[in-house]
Amino acid sequence: MAKITLKNLRHSYLPSPKGAEDYALKEIDLDWQDGGAYALLGPSGCGKSTLLNIISGLLTPSEGRILFDDVDVTDLPPDQRNIAQVFQFPVIYDTMTVRDNLAFPLRNRGVAEARITERVAEIAAMLEVVELLDIRASHLSPDNKQKISMGRGLVRDDVNVVMFDEPLTVIDPHLKWKLRSKLKELHQRVKATMIYVTHDQTEALTFADQVVVMQDGEVVQIGTPVELFERPQHTFVGHFIGSPGMNVLDATEAGGRVSFEGQEIAVEGKVTGQGGATQVGIRPEFVSIGATGLPARVRKVSDIGRHSVVEAMVGDTPVKAVIDGEAPGQGDAVHLAFRPDQTRLYRDGWLSIETDGAVAS
Amino acid sequence: MKTENQKAWFFVLPVLLLVAFNALIPIMTVVNYSVQETFGDNLFFWEGLSWFEQILRSDRFHDALGRQFLFTFLILIIEVPLGIIIALSMPKKGIWVPVCLVTMALPMLIPWNVVGAMWNIFTLPDIGLLGYFINNTLGIEYNMTRSPVAAWVTIIVMDVWHWTSLVVLLSYAGLVSIPDAYYQAAKIDGASPWKVFRYIQLPKMKTVLTIAILLRFMDSFNIYTEPFVLTGGGPGNSTTLLSIDLVKIALGQFDLGPAAAMSLIYFAITLLVSWLFYTLMTKDDAK
Ligand SMILES: Nc1ncnc2c1ncn2[C@@H]1O[C@H](COP(=O)(O)OP(=O)(O)OP(=O)(O)O)[C@@H](O)[C@H]1O
Ligand SMILES: [Mg+2]
Repeated sequence: MAKITLKNLRHSYLPSPKGAEDYALKEIDLDWQDGGAYALLGPSGCGKSTLLNIISGLLTPSEGRILFDDVDVTDLPPDQRNIAQVFQFPVIYDTMTVRDNLAFPLRNRGVAEARITERVAEIAAMLEVVELLDIRASHLSPDNKQKISMGRGLVRDDVNVVMFDEPLTVIDPHLKWKLRSKLKELHQRVKATMIYVTHDQTEALTFADQVVVMQDGEVVQIGTPVELFERPQHTFVGHFIGSPGMNVLDATEAGGRVSFEGQEIAVEGKVTGQGGATQVGIRPEFVSIGATGLPARVRKVSDIGRHSVVEAMVGDTPVKAVIDGEAPGQGDAVHLAFRPDQTRLYRDGWLSIETDGAVAS
Repeated sequence: MKTENQKAWFFVLPVLLLVAFNALIPIMTVVNYSVQETFGDNLFFWEGLSWFEQILRSDRFHDALGRQFLFTFLILIIEVPLGIIIALSMPKKGIWVPVCLVTMALPMLIPWNVVGAMWNIFTLPDIGLLGYFINNTLGIEYNMTRSPVAAWVTIIVMDVWHWTSLVVLLSYAGLVSIPDAYYQAAKIDGASPWKVFRYIQLPKMKTVLTIAILLRFMDSFNIYTEPFVLTGGGPGNSTTLLSIDLVKIALGQFDLGPAAAMSLIYFAITLLVSWLFYTLMTKDDAK
């Protein structure tokens, strides 16, 4: 078990990268606390797998160091790093039984046979595959195969970190839910650091204590699910997390006053910085429809169960609002009100405002 | 409602006809010859199973069969491991892949009789490149027409040269179909290169290897043209393999009855070995 530190990490798949766009990972500085449950969230191609493969040692970074408890492991191969990794598609050794599959990582490390039997039994019980132990692994169903892949990752009790790279992609939806809660439970039991890669926000938010959001090879924000939802540091996070995502509206700012579509609007606190492209971010949950506020015309209303999502046009800009109860009809003229303490200014995508007291980083 | 009728059979009919014309009817002609004696003029005398008995009891047949098994065994035990080793050491991506593949495929594109002729000239002691080199530069006596050992070494090396590529290409196809994640997982599980081969590569190559071995078995067991052109079965009878012997009986001596009986026995052996091998290899998949 160890704390993992990534220092000035950069990686390019090209032999001689030139501009920033040649880097799959731009510049990563990150600490993973021992025993944490992390989710690594981001759209396809943002560098999640690249980052995992660098931590596990399958890839050597172009620049930067990786430390496990302050010991530099950048040049160590995967088998000397004491890590485990589970891949998107189940990897099992077809010709072996389930039992031998689970024992494989231990046997390769010369663990005593008695200890192996004990560990395999423990893991099999945790994963509920005891009755499958003597079956040949090639005969398993896809979800059981993936369970065994996970089992091989969890069977060693000395791992620093267990990494899951979108492990539930091939699993049926109802089993997905089961396996995910299983993982959560396993984390509480084995207490190893876990990093769970996904591009599905529900998966990330249910599994993790801390979510690391990535975009284009960069870490955009690290925080608890609540922090990510309530105070996105970047418009990308606001947009990516939440359904529907945050409204990001082009706005103008002059002398600390923010205007949207020609009307001044109240924001959370004191505006910082200056220049750049300015935008206002507000979650649809905090937009209300009332008698006063920005005049708008309803373009679309969709029912999402207990709420309705109302899309209204303020001038030429669509704004979404999540409304409880009676929703207006299509084409109605309405007034939108933004909750001031949830209305923030973003400058070139990054949060550019201070709350009263706290200073935005 | 499900309709049930026998119409489907009509669709099978063309295939049935085709198989009849290119397999069943020729084989039945052979069966016909194998139980009769003929002196030409379309005159036939019933012989029963006596030709079969004669063949099965003859030392000549036993010797040829022994040589045939030895030949097939030797080329399999060389070509299969060699083919796997070459496939394992070929690049998986990059510009060298097509170069390797084409180079590998070249020997297989050369017709059998040309291969025989090529090696015949190649190994001539006086003017052949290889033959001259071994005899005069290395000073080792090497003459296919005199020494049975030299003849055997030559036909085996020739077959290895001609057909190892088949094993290579099939194994390679099996290897490139293995996803990267398998190798990555093996690295993380701390598997040694031998274990990667034993538990990942070999199982993934098993199907194609089964086919490769079957093809090589059948082909080498029925081999005719190359040794015929190269050694003509000699010196003496030392490289007279089954098919060469068969042709000698059928066309050299015009003993059609015994030749037909021998063909059928030959066919049965090929079929039996192929079937046994295939059943054995696919047995544990069915479980
Ligand atoms: N082996 C490789 N060679 C060259 N480029 C690569 C390689 N692997 C990934 N890339 C590139 O690096 C970038 C990051 O890829 P990566 O696989 O890390 O993304 P990801 O976040 O895991 O995406 P996904 O959600 O689709 O798995 C992508 O632009 C991808 O095209
Ligand atoms: Mg990925």
